[in-house]
Amino acid sequence: MDTRINKYSKQLIIINSIFILFWLTISIFPFIWTLWGSFKVKADFFSRAEWTYALNGFNTLIETGATTTVKAYIESWTEGEFWRASMNTMIVTVSVVSISLFLGTLGAYALSRSTYKYTFYILIAALIFRAMPHITLVSGYLFPFFQLNIWGILPTTIIVLVAINQPFTLWLLYSFFKTVPKELDESALIDGCSYFQAFRYIIMPVMWPGVVTAGLFSMMLAYNDFTVTALLLNQENYTMVPKINAYLGTVEYGGNYMWAVSSVVSATAPLFMIIWFFQRQLISGLTAGAVKG
Amino acid sequence: MPHKTFFWFIFPTGLAMILFIGLPIVSSFFQSLHIETQQVLMEVENCDPFGCQTNVRVDVEATDKLREENPLGRFNGFGTYLDRNHLAFDEIGEAWNSSSSMGEFKDIVLNLPFYKALLFTLTFCFSVTPPVIFLGFIVALSINTLAKSIKGLIVFGTILPMIVTPLIGSLVLFWMIDSQGIIGASIQILFDDPNLSLKASSNLTWITLIIYGIWHNTPFAFVVFYAALQTVPQDPIEAAFIDGASRYQRVRYIVIPHLYPVATFIMLICLMDNFRVFEPIIGFSAEGVAQSLSWMIYQDLRNENKMLFGSAGATSMLTIIGIAILLTPVLIRTWKEFRTER
Repeated sequence: MDTRINKYSKQLIIINSIFILFWLTISIFPFIWTLWGSFKVKADFFSRAEWTYALNGFNTLIETGATTTVKAYIESWTEGEFWRASMNTMIVTVSVVSISLFLGTLGAYALSRSTYKYTFYILIAALIFRAMPHITLVSGYLFPFFQLNIWGILPTTIIVLVAINQPFTLWLLYSFFKTVPKELDESALIDGCSYFQAFRYIIMPVMWPGVVTAGLFSMMLAYNDFTVTALLLNQENYTMVPKINAYLGTVEYGGNYMWAVSSVVSATAPLFMIIWFFQRQLISGLTAGAVKG
Repeated sequence: MPHKTFFWFIFPTGLAMILFIGLPIVSSFFQSLHIETQQVLMEVENCDPFGCQTNVRVDVEATDKLREENPLGRFNGFGTYLDRNHLAFDEIGEAWNSSSSMGEFKDIVLNLPFYKALLFTLTFCFSVTPPVIFLGFIVALSINTLAKSIKGLIVFGTILPMIVTPLIGSLVLFWMIDSQGIIGASIQILFDDPNLSLKASSNLTWITLIIYGIWHNTPFAFVVFYAALQTVPQDPIEAAFIDGASRYQRVRYIVIPHLYPVATFIMLICLMDNFRVFEPIIGFSAEGVAQSLSWMIYQDLRNENKMLFGSAGATSMLTIIGIAILLTPVLIRTWKEFRTER
């Protein structure tokens, strides 16, 4: 290929770099600012009088004797019971990811290998289900869950999140299974494997990239969910995101604003680290199905 | 694959979806046809030395008994759909008759809760989507020109706003633009107006929410465009280059037409996802001036002691109708894709 095509003029490179820097500032700065501010006291992070207080920690120095403080972290994790919320998030996330991958791989494998017409209708139904706003589903859950007395506990929420997550997982894994050649499991069937054995020993070993991607999306859904967890769990069982919202609700009484700020950092940091490692899978998942036409 | 095997493979996931997505929709609809049991009132005669008075009091015992017998309340048909908080046909008819000008009529209608929320939801949807597509495309183009070694890092930085949940994302921004946060305070100093606050006027709050929406959704558009850019065929670009086309012309006449289908895909997904806008309203504490349909449902269900299942159900059904309208093009597209594949 002619290399001149991809040679850029100096101006273009400069404009481009400025634009990217500008864009990165917009997308990253809010997080850096929150991280920085979480080590200050409220009077500094929200300083109306002088914004440089947030930088040099003027009030933090007066109140705590140092320019940075981890008071908000310690208080929110102990007194604010954020440890319980993060444990709940762990339980919910791990269970949702494993259950939805188990159900999803089985279903998607069948959908990708069956040649009957009903697979198409199942996929269309899944697409419609995927479009349903979660809050409308929650409004359907509450009444029956109260009647059955299963409201407020973690297992209910886990099953609900798994179900909400299934349509997307099915579509994603379906498009990954489609890329695995049929001959692979057909030859296994001829050799006398059952469908389940072919699925378990022949297809699954080559499917790991797809499974990791689907798992990543299930994880993000479970970890980030607010709508379902806020309305289906009781206070003690709150996961991290509704817990943060609860801190804000009590601001008038306890002045816990900094709890919320530090908890936002505590909740976001692990997520960013995971995404850093699995960035490639995330992007391949987002584009699956989009970049065909 | 034989039907029987297929059934057993699909059974667990199918059961989960039917039980927890299909049935709740039915249950929501069923709830929307009922209305909470009203309190039973009784007249009590209170006599004191100055004479007797009859007071109306709530008969707690009878009310509780009635509620226990019929937890869902009494059947109300489509009454909830037509009441003041939903479609409000009566109020609209009245407004039509009483108002003298079109503007007045519009004001009255847009102050009804449902139409107010619908207006915000649609405004949000349609003002967020175009900038998202435009910005996502530009960011994808410019990141695509970078050297491979730094691409990974920059892509990571770019997708951060999309990874965090809307509630946390909006809180992080809200803390900055709050009148006491860094941006909010700076704006006040800049305009020399200590009362200037993004929360103060409803227009500014709407704009803030829309900017948040663009911030949150652009990374998605970027990722899809970025992946699509890798599939642009090189031959026509080379040919155009030899024919003397400028860089702009090459992008305008070769790259953009190639990306049209992708742009439609992004647009539809964006519209559909933003139609459920709800968490940013809580994050920005904008309940006062900006309500969305999803927020209305949340509001009905938030109070643990007095949940308005009927009202929430009715709003849910109306939201689903809205989603269905937006979803139709996606369904048609998928349908066609499937046909051509087989």
